[in-house]
Amino acid sequence: MAATVRVMRRPTRETSYLRATMKGMALTFRHLVKTVSGDDATMQYPEEKWQLSPRWRGTHVMERHEDGRPKCVACGLCPTICPANCIRLVPGEDDQGNRYPIVYEIDEFRCIFCGMCQEVCPVEAIHVGQHYENGEYSRERFVYDLERLMNQTHPSTLLWDPSDPASE
Amino acid sequence: MDNLPVHQVGQLGGTAFVVVSLLKIVVFFAIVFSIVALLTLVERKIAAWMQDRLGPNRVGPGGLLQPLADGLKNFLKEETSGGERHGFFFTLAPMLSFIPALVTFAVIPWAAPLPTPWGVVEMVVANVPVGVLFLLAFSSLGVYGIVIAGWASANKYSLLGGLRAGAQMISYEIAMGMSLLSIFFLVGNVTLPEVVWGQQRMNLWFALPLAVSFLFFWISAFAETNRLPFDMPEAESELVAGYHTEYSSMKFAMFFIAEYAHVFTVSMLMATLFLGGWDIPLWQGDDMLALPDGTVIGAEPAWWKTLLTFGAFLTKAFFFVLVFMLVRWTVPRFRYDQIMDLGWKFMLPAALVTIVVTAGTILALDAAGVEYGLVYGLVLTAVNLTLLFLVLALLDRGRILSGSTALQQRRLRARTTKRFHDEEFAVAAANRKYARQEG
Repeated sequence: MAATVRVMRRPTRETSYLRATMKGMALTFRHLVKTVSGDDATMQYPEEKWQLSPRWRGTHVMERHEDGRPKCVACGLCPTICPANCIRLVPGEDDQGNRYPIVYEIDEFRCIFCGMCQEVCPVEAIHVGQHYENGEYSRERFVYDLERLMNQTHPSTLLWDPSDPASE
Repeated sequence: MDNLPVHQVGQLGGTAFVVVSLLKIVVFFAIVFSIVALLTLVERKIAAWMQDRLGPNRVGPGGLLQPLADGLKNFLKEETSGGERHGFFFTLAPMLSFIPALVTFAVIPWAAPLPTPWGVVEMVVANVPVGVLFLLAFSSLGVYGIVIAGWASANKYSLLGGLRAGAQMISYEIAMGMSLLSIFFLVGNVTLPEVVWGQQRMNLWFALPLAVSFLFFWISAFAETNRLPFDMPEAESELVAGYHTEYSSMKFAMFFIAEYAHVFTVSMLMATLFLGGWDIPLWQGDDMLALPDGTVIGAEPAWWKTLLTFGAFLTKAFFFVLVFMLVRWTVPRFRYDQIMDLGWKFMLPAALVTIVVTAGTILALDAAGVEYGLVYGLVLTAVNLTLLFLVLALLDRGRILSGSTALQQRRLRARTTKRFHDEEFAVAAANRKYARQEG
């Protein structure tokens, strides 16, 4: 026994080809007029860019002192908290006893952009940034070293509103 | 027609005729070709707009140079050709579909006749006496290109596309010819300038007095141009790309151009046959007809009238082009059986009935001594609108172009018939068996 497909029996006004076609043409024509009069859904991307939220978490920024040294004190909190284990830190210490990072690398491919490194940083050195155009030609280029992190130009993320830190 | 004013402009002399004809060929060809190129852009733009997008806008101002870029790209593309193809026909097919599409515009009048010091210039490349017949013959010649392309590709999908194109063309050519018949016996001539003149004398475009023919011609035009909802030969969701699956580079571009040339020609044809051609509505100043002996009857010809009417003609043609595109991006493709049903079971008989009724009305009007003019047209309009209403009501009953409901009804009917036959066979078999045992 062949399978039986049950089809609802509907009145002509619902199954009519002509009326449905006319309705469809009216709809597409309305959209045409709407778009021509300037109300389209397309963003002209390279010219026009997204307004990022102040809490957007993108590629990292390392803050610097006035004299150009990184603010990082190589305390080791960020590689410890990082859930993706993407931060590599080799700490060093100068003759005055100040700690500084000898190697500080972030693998942006492994990073999940949770922003916990920024939250945990005691000296507000490492930040996630408001940036999303990260294209590179090789995988190696996605491991950002200290130099590159310090030279990022995009603004860093505000994980909370400075005027309302507890989100009240 | 006797009391119409006659203007002596003069006939074109031998040399002037050759020069003017060459000029007309070059100018019209350039216009048609650039419009066809632009149509590819217009199509993409309109498609985009209907989908809330912007469409191509990177090449040139507003994307205007996109056709140029596309053409360049097509020239530079690698030409692939399948190993099993039939080389000669594979190359011949795009030409066969390209040339007829560009030849057809030759008999369509573009504007009012232009008076020049050397004589009157008719704004039609070739005012051949067989006019529309030439056009019908050539526009359906294009299907040979498609069928040959399908066969020469040695590809099942291409072959199916070609076969469908052939079947579709045959089915709709008939309804198309039938709907033209009413025009012919209303005008009494098949040349297109005469058809325009007939509409000007009636002060009514044939879209109204011959409304049913208009509808049928329009539907057939979609089928003839192989555009949605009649794009069975291409049917990308079923046949990959149909007849041009195996084509690439300029050969593909030629099919592509042929399609748009077809669209434009058919739009111009519909504008000429049913929307008064280059006639400007509600204005008698452009009602004129150039006769072969160099005289113009009706209104006085002038160069500015030629320009104005050319504008009117293009506007009408573009209206149809717009509808073509609107339909393409709205209506889904028909099933194959729906196309055949619509063509053979509905449009053919309905067109025949329309011809009889229209011819009867014309006969009755002539017998009653009604002068050819507005009243004549209005009576025909009344008759035709009634017919149109009946035709649309019939179409609307969900029997021809129906959704799944009708399909189920048909399936049920088939199943009942089959069960009946099965029982019959079972009885017959039992009888035979019984007879054998007895014997």
